[in-house]
Amino acid sequence: MENLIALLIAAPLLGAAVLLCGGRRLDAVGQWIGTVLAAASFVIAAVLFADMLGKSPEDRTFTQHLFSWIAVGDFRADVGFQLDQLSMTFVLLITGVGSLIHVYSIGYMEHDERRRRFFGYLNLFLAAMLLLVLADNYLLLYVGWEGVGLASYLLIGFWQHKPSAATAAKKAFLVNRVGDMGLSIAIMLMFTTFGTFAFGPLLGTEGHSGIAGDAGEGKLTAIALMLLLAACGKSAQVPLQSWLGDAMEGPTPVSALIHAATMVTAGVYLIVRSAAVFNAAPDAQLVVTVVGGVTLLFGAIVGCAKDDIKKALAGSTMSQIGYMVLAAGLGPIGYVFAIMHLVTHGFFKAGLFLGAGSVMHGMNDEVDMRKFGGLRKYMPVTFVTFGLGYLAIIGFPGLSGFFSKDKIIEAAFAKGGTEGWILGGVALLGAAITAYYMTRVMIMTFFGEKRWQPDAEGHEPHPHESPSSMTIPMIVLAFGSVFAGAFFSIGDRFVHWLEPVTGHSEGDSPVSALTVTAATMVLLVVGAGIAYLQYGRSSVPVTAPRGSLLTRAARRDLYQDDFNHVVLVRGGEHLTRSLVYVDHTLVDGVVNGTAASVGGLSGRLRKLQNGYARSYAVSMFGGAAILVAATLLMRAV
Amino acid sequence: MSFPLLTATAVLPALGAIATAAVPAAQRVAAKWLALLVSLGTLALAAVTLVRFDPDGARYQLTESHAWIPDFGVRYQLGVDGIGVALVALTALLIPFVILAGWHDADPMETGSRRWRPTQGFFALILAVEAMVIISFEATDVFLFYIFFEAMLIPMYFLIGGFGDRAHEHGDEAAATQRSYAAVKFLLYNLVGGLIMLAAVIGLYVVAGSFSLQEIVHARADGSLHMATSTERWLFLGFFFAFAVKAPLWPLHTWLPNAMGEATAPVAVLITAVVDKVGTFAMLRFCLQLFPEASKWATPAILVLALISIVYGALLAVGQRDIKRLVAYASISHFGFIILGIFALTTQGQSGATLYMVNHGISTAALMLVAGFLISRRGSRLIADYGGVQKVAPVLAGTFLIGSLATLSLPGLAPFVSEFLVLVGTFTRYPVVGIIATFGIVLAALYTLVLYQRTMTGPVRAEVAEMPDLRVRELLVVAPLIALLIFLGVYPKPITDIVNPAVKQTMSDVQKTDPQPEVEAAK
Repeated sequence: MENLIALLIAAPLLGAAVLLCGGRRLDAVGQWIGTVLAAASFVIAAVLFADMLGKSPEDRTFTQHLFSWIAVGDFRADVGFQLDQLSMTFVLLITGVGSLIHVYSIGYMEHDERRRRFFGYLNLFLAAMLLLVLADNYLLLYVGWEGVGLASYLLIGFWQHKPSAATAAKKAFLVNRVGDMGLSIAIMLMFTTFGTFAFGPLLGTEGHSGIAGDAGEGKLTAIALMLLLAACGKSAQVPLQSWLGDAMEGPTPVSALIHAATMVTAGVYLIVRSAAVFNAAPDAQLVVTVVGGVTLLFGAIVGCAKDDIKKALAGSTMSQIGYMVLAAGLGPIGYVFAIMHLVTHGFFKAGLFLGAGSVMHGMNDEVDMRKFGGLRKYMPVTFVTFGLGYLAIIGFPGLSGFFSKDKIIEAAFAKGGTEGWILGGVALLGAAITAYYMTRVMIMTFFGEKRWQPDAEGHEPHPHESPSSMTIPMIVLAFGSVFAGAFFSIGDRFVHWLEPVTGHSEGDSPVSALTVTAATMVLLVVGAGIAYLQYGRSSVPVTAPRGSLLTRAARRDLYQDDFNHVVLVRGGEHLTRSLVYVDHTLVDGVVNGTAASVGGLSGRLRKLQNGYARSYAVSMFGGAAILVAATLLMRAV
Repeated sequence: MSFPLLTATAVLPALGAIATAAVPAAQRVAAKWLALLVSLGTLALAAVTLVRFDPDGARYQLTESHAWIPDFGVRYQLGVDGIGVALVALTALLIPFVILAGWHDADPMETGSRRWRPTQGFFALILAVEAMVIISFEATDVFLFYIFFEAMLIPMYFLIGGFGDRAHEHGDEAAATQRSYAAVKFLLYNLVGGLIMLAAVIGLYVVAGSFSLQEIVHARADGSLHMATSTERWLFLGFFFAFAVKAPLWPLHTWLPNAMGEATAPVAVLITAVVDKVGTFAMLRFCLQLFPEASKWATPAILVLALISIVYGALLAVGQRDIKRLVAYASISHFGFIILGIFALTTQGQSGATLYMVNHGISTAALMLVAGFLISRRGSRLIADYGGVQKVAPVLAGTFLIGSLATLSLPGLAPFVSEFLVLVGTFTRYPVVGIIATFGIVLAALYTLVLYQRTMTGPVRAEVAEMPDLRVRELLVVAPLIALLIFLGVYPKPITDIVNPAVKQTMSDVQKTDPQPEVEAAK
């Protein structure tokens, strides 16, 4: 059974290879090849899951060793896989949501002439993401890590003829590379500290603990912070958050799968996977919670001001991942809930994005919510599924987000001390803002009077429901959004499932769970109420009003790009330009000048520009030839 | 006496060069095919060498030794260790692709042009370079090495100065002037380096009384040859200077962008992927083995220069407006990594550096040759003259992207393995140096992806709208290189297994052992 693990990755990898190398003759069937292979991977995952459930909780780690990848001195990296409860959770989410989004894309990308490639890239993404969560050592994880970065780059820039898409793709890759530096350095630190970076010996397997805790706290803090840097890049956390909004340039199914449900959560996986390191580095954990808390508010504030439906959802994604990162920073109190929120978020956020895609599909690819309005009459299925996702994300009692987000807020208070109060307060505040911006999206899109206008070419949009290939995935995800949280929470199923891998402790909360829930509910009503008063009671202007200082700042993503532009882009341009000048005049000049003082090189070089080049070269060769001839002659003598 | 395999691997292309040059003027197509066949034959011989080489056997294998200039103790002495045999294989592997990619680069110009391009000469010169490079990798006699280290400048000079891109933005006249400037600059830099090395070679003979690498190394190891500290340092610097020019190391690098910019793309590959490797190879073989103490003495300074090369080369690549010069500066950055790996004096660093030489050869060949195909279609090297190529020539754009990704060391492709080994090998001994070098991976992403974005994406420019996609010949060049990049990225063992024992030897020559992990040591 364990030998099936490699097949999980092999199926979509084969799909990518066939679709990308197959050429035009596969254009007609490309979408089917891609979808079938994604689904095949899901079936294999289900088989493995069933097998895993049949074993006792202590015996659920499957491993598969393929071959020795790099072996130089003591440096050893293998191509081997480790499938435990944590990776199993991810595998099911990735292949499950991944397959649904393949199906959705059949309809969504129907008229795109490069559809075959799109499915090839999607399959490539699945393979890389599965490698990321199945690798049994950090270096192999790195391959998956950058593999998903590549797939993300290709898919954000899928419509490459649009300069904005090409720029966004490059930006995403570059910002992620800064994070990758962190991962590189973390692996190097692990190697110098422990002599290994394989999960087994380092983090421990069931039964015996690893050597991760044996190093000094300073080293462990350094490793943990470098891992956090990597996580910030991939999961769009402050300060490496700036790429996610622009990534919405990609086709909407991509935003749903990669930039909401799976890839952007890789940072959370990395932190939870490295629990043994973080648990022994409390300072680093504090930084993790701070990053999570700041991002949680940052994303939520940005989400409030965006009129582009996808960018509003992108802000929301950032904010929700902030919750997960915050939870992961809490240690064993929070690991399980970070992953639980990750899974429920995977359902409702993917559903929300697919809903947004469905709206765009019916509205001539319009994304400005100010030009929507009243769409519930035209797209009933989209309205209902999007509405359920909306209720889930704001934490409406009984739906998925209610269970998972509430647990994180409780866990934040349970950290104890002043930090606990601050983190808990931030998480509560975030819940209110979430309710506000999501209600705003909901009202602007589906309620009120219709506000759409003919586009530049005079085509009036004719909003219509999307084909069933698109609505069925939305319905399935809506089911997940509604029921997953309750299913996971009844009898603490999810806690028992993950506990053997991540460990779990209840913590010591100064406030009761009931108080937290009550406070959350009050804030939910307040947030949603303000949004209703602003956008539901009064009509929505088609052009955005000037807005307050904060609104304007939030529209510009709190000036993140302006900061980057001034500091990095401009500064970098000046630096490279002056270096080009220095290289041409100074370095070249000094070396030539030094040589000139020795052998008259520069004089000769100048001569050459005056046309003496050929004669000079001939004389040089004369010299060289004589040298060779002389040596050969000596042999003869 | 067994078949002199090493000699044959070098003599075959040498004879091929003469034969190709002798093909009658009218038969230029025959000359191309002859050159291609000879290069394939050389590849076959190199493959046999690789198979016959036993990684766990003696340090130098397939040795040959004949008296040559008895009066001075110069011997015709060949032998390969794991590092040498890997680089011979790389050279033999790349030359057929260089020839195939340059198939039309030396065709006679259209009627009306006053220049007639000697097709035969072009391919003969490439084979001549191949022969000399191969023998440099095989020579275990310092003087023998020196002769060919210098002699390869002659065919390279003519290749750079005599053959340029078809169309040039400043016209034929300016192109010819720039070409000869680049060629002479290449020659002068390397000749100056060579002259200083010649002095050191003679000095070594005066001190050691022999040119034989193995004899000197043995004599130094068993104490029968004593070298004063200052003598060793001066001799080391003499050798190192020549190799640092050829590699090239900052600040001796400025000839490379000129040479690679003006030469045709296949010749640029010949320079950076093949000829320059002799420089880094020689650091490993001659500097470290002959002068271990001086090498350790110079390490801090060399590491700093290598670090400057990495960052400086990458920053300058970002600032380039010319595709080929951009690749040249990227190579300077990569050579910084190679030299860093060599002088970190760790197993991972040196194995990584050797693997880096091989991988850099393949990845630069892939990127530069596709860039050459692109340039030959539009007749401009300027990045700003392109845009939207992806739409009209998707296969060309796709292969260009893979070449770019290899250049930025994407995990899964071959260069990642070597770059990470170099970084980790450096980091274990010099953490700060390792961390600074890591910035190189961000800058590499910047210059490659900006290049890709500006040339391949965006709206289709009118000038490229009719651009044809890759032809069969061009695909034959690129596809195997890409396959190799993927294969060696997933399974580098065939090379590391050959290289590791040689690196172990070199490490014991310089009497260095790898730093041990803290936690293991504590137990």
